[in-house]
Amino acid sequence: MDKNKPLEYLMLSRWGKIKYNLKAFFISIPRGIANFFLKIGKAFRNFGRAVADDFTDLATTFTKGGIKTKLSFFIMGFGSIARGQILRGLVFLLFQAVFIFYMVTSGVYWLSMLPSLGKVGPREIYSEVLDTYHYEYNDNSFKILLYGVLTLFFIVAFLYTWRVNVRQNRIADEILAKGKKLKSGKDDLRSLVDDQFHKTLLALPLTGILVFTVLPIVFMILVAFTNYDGTHDGYINNLFGWQGLENFRTMLSWSSGEHNYSATFGEILTWTLIWAFFATFTNYFLGMFVAMMINKKGIRFKKGWRTILVLTIAIPQFISLLYVSKMFAKNGIVNGILMDLNLIKEALPFWEDPTWARVTVILINIWIGIPYLMLIATGILMNIPQDLYESSRIDGAGPVKQYTKITLPYMLFITGPYLLTQFTSNMNNFNVIYLLTGGGPTNPKNSWASGNVGDTDLLITWLFKITTGPEAQYYLASVIGILVFVVVAIISLIVYSLLPSIKNEEDFQ
Amino acid sequence: MSKQDKRNREEITRRHMGLKASARISNTIIYIILILMSIVWLIPFVFILLQSFRVELKCPVGYVIPQQWGLDNYIALWTSDFKKWYLNTFIIALVTAALQTVIVLCMSYALSRFRFKLRKSLMRFLLILGMFPGMLTMIILYRVLKDLNLTQANALPGLILVYIASSGMGYYVSKGFFDTIPKSLDEAARIDGATRFQILRKIILPLAKPIVIYTVLTAFMGPWGDFVLARYVAFGTSSGYNVAVGMYSWLTNDQINNCYTMFCAGGVIVAIPVTILFLCLQRYYVEGVTGGAVKG
Repeated sequence: MDKNKPLEYLMLSRWGKIKYNLKAFFISIPRGIANFFLKIGKAFRNFGRAVADDFTDLATTFTKGGIKTKLSFFIMGFGSIARGQILRGLVFLLFQAVFIFYMVTSGVYWLSMLPSLGKVGPREIYSEVLDTYHYEYNDNSFKILLYGVLTLFFIVAFLYTWRVNVRQNRIADEILAKGKKLKSGKDDLRSLVDDQFHKTLLALPLTGILVFTVLPIVFMILVAFTNYDGTHDGYINNLFGWQGLENFRTMLSWSSGEHNYSATFGEILTWTLIWAFFATFTNYFLGMFVAMMINKKGIRFKKGWRTILVLTIAIPQFISLLYVSKMFAKNGIVNGILMDLNLIKEALPFWEDPTWARVTVILINIWIGIPYLMLIATGILMNIPQDLYESSRIDGAGPVKQYTKITLPYMLFITGPYLLTQFTSNMNNFNVIYLLTGGGPTNPKNSWASGNVGDTDLLITWLFKITTGPEAQYYLASVIGILVFVVVAIISLIVYSLLPSIKNEEDFQ
Repeated sequence: MSKQDKRNREEITRRHMGLKASARISNTIIYIILILMSIVWLIPFVFILLQSFRVELKCPVGYVIPQQWGLDNYIALWTSDFKKWYLNTFIIALVTAALQTVIVLCMSYALSRFRFKLRKSLMRFLLILGMFPGMLTMIILYRVLKDLNLTQANALPGLILVYIASSGMGYYVSKGFFDTIPKSLDEAARIDGATRFQILRKIILPLAKPIVIYTVLTAFMGPWGDFVLARYVAFGTSSGYNVAVGMYSWLTNDQINNCYTMFCAGGVIVAIPVTILFLCLQRYYVEGVTGGAVKG
């Protein structure tokens, strides 16, 4: 419990406590936001100071250093080689050579094109010899943006390496001044499997993440400020160029015309949040109950029940979801059986009616999700000390009281962070929605928006629909992606600040 | 025995019987719920199996039990592109499982065992990076792969490359596992003069068998279900499809009336090996999932 809550808090009724906490939360919001900006300000100030310190450090290294150090400022690795650390020096030198070669051959070109994203587009050219027209392709906006970003990455990496190279001199001088020996190339290699082993381990995974996740994400964030789409693909059709905040204005500003993106966005966002809420909490509580039922003393075939449920995890989702989606179709088995039993006269509109479709999707998601939660809850429930239950039974607590006072708080405490990740991954749960409904039924109100927006579409499926086909609007997809990120980040921040304790990872070791 | 004692004992027995009876009732209710649940959970799989043997009609129908049984659908599978898709998926899954495991283990071991300067910032950065919808990056990855000629018919290496390249992001579960191996083991080995690499190979890896199996299993199962990226990369070229993309095309509006039962048969063929593998290694999966959730 919060230590700065007044003593009167304990005397409040349960409802009073909830009200008190909510009030406290809302009161703390402005301060939280202020703190957030203060923190950002502080981070900037610290960064500025660090840069300034670094520059003075560089200057002193240069003025106080000998000729070896001074030359290292221009020829990377010179100092290291001159002091006998040949291997280290050669690596620096090689890096510099590669960097200069890259910059001269292509880097400078990509950088110079980056502000315009290409000047000459594809054009038709008349050839007198053949008496035909043919297309000539020139600048490629896509490549310019991609390699431009890559070049910027490379420059940052180069500056960092250069700084390390300069620092090496100073460190080496200090070691020599103490009369110690410098590390030889052999020592360096050995440290890569020993002290510096983490660098070896992380090199490959981080390179992969950098090239295949960070670079694409930076690229796509930049795309939000361009007009890159199916008809402006940057090479074959037309070039694309920068257009500032235009796309954000389209997506977020309220327009009374018929193409009101902000209304569509708001609708889809609302449904995304509703869906994530229900998908997360129905699974959470039902999964927990199932786990408790199976775990109960005296229930037999525990393993058997679990195995049956776990089948939905084992069988690839595209099979089970696609099949279930067809089961609930108008001419599907469910309607067929219900009609055979004379329970209904007409087929139920599982996928045709917006409300039916939304409820059905959530229900089928329970079918998919309970097994995971059952497994997780089983593991956690077994860890609850049994004497807690024993002593509470002696005190006269019934099963309901035991659940609300022991089981639930324990579960919530342990799985708090998991619930959060579950919520955000449900917001981006592409598979369940796309394979079950494809986003449908189509919403006539929004049918003008590209991608044929439907009533069960999440932001993520809308994003996907926008990026396929010849009418793809990559720039809008990118805006949606950024907004999804913002929503997820805000929710995470709020939840993390409300969680009772962020567990210290060192506690587990 | 006094009267009082006797009454007390009767009272206790009666309460005991009452408890027993109520326990029996609640257990019966639980059994009923569990049986109903099992039926709901198994129904789709039983239906899919039954319909894969239906011969008389190839379209979706409102009844379950085939009027005419036969292996026609399985034979039709054999003559379609399904073989190629199956092989594609199997190769992708195998290669991805091997490489992804290496990458994830490297990443999680380094983040769990070493304390270096930028470690916390790196982990926070990866957390924030994970909040971007990954789907966004497909557009650019597709075009880059296309430039490298790794799409459509050559989708296999392209897909493998994309699957494994970013797999380091999913280090959480196995890092949580490494965190639970006591650090004193490392320290003892360090004192005996072992290098970090030797510690990993000789001490940690043998202990990490469950998490290795968990990682291999999830990495192997991932590609069987991947639909979005595979469709994006192989779009329009049947020889580059995996099973998910290929079989999805059977259920589109113009195909479903000819291919529905074939889809069921294909589903059975895909599900059987994956399910058997999963059920055999279920124990490790449960350990991984539980551990991962507890550590957040």
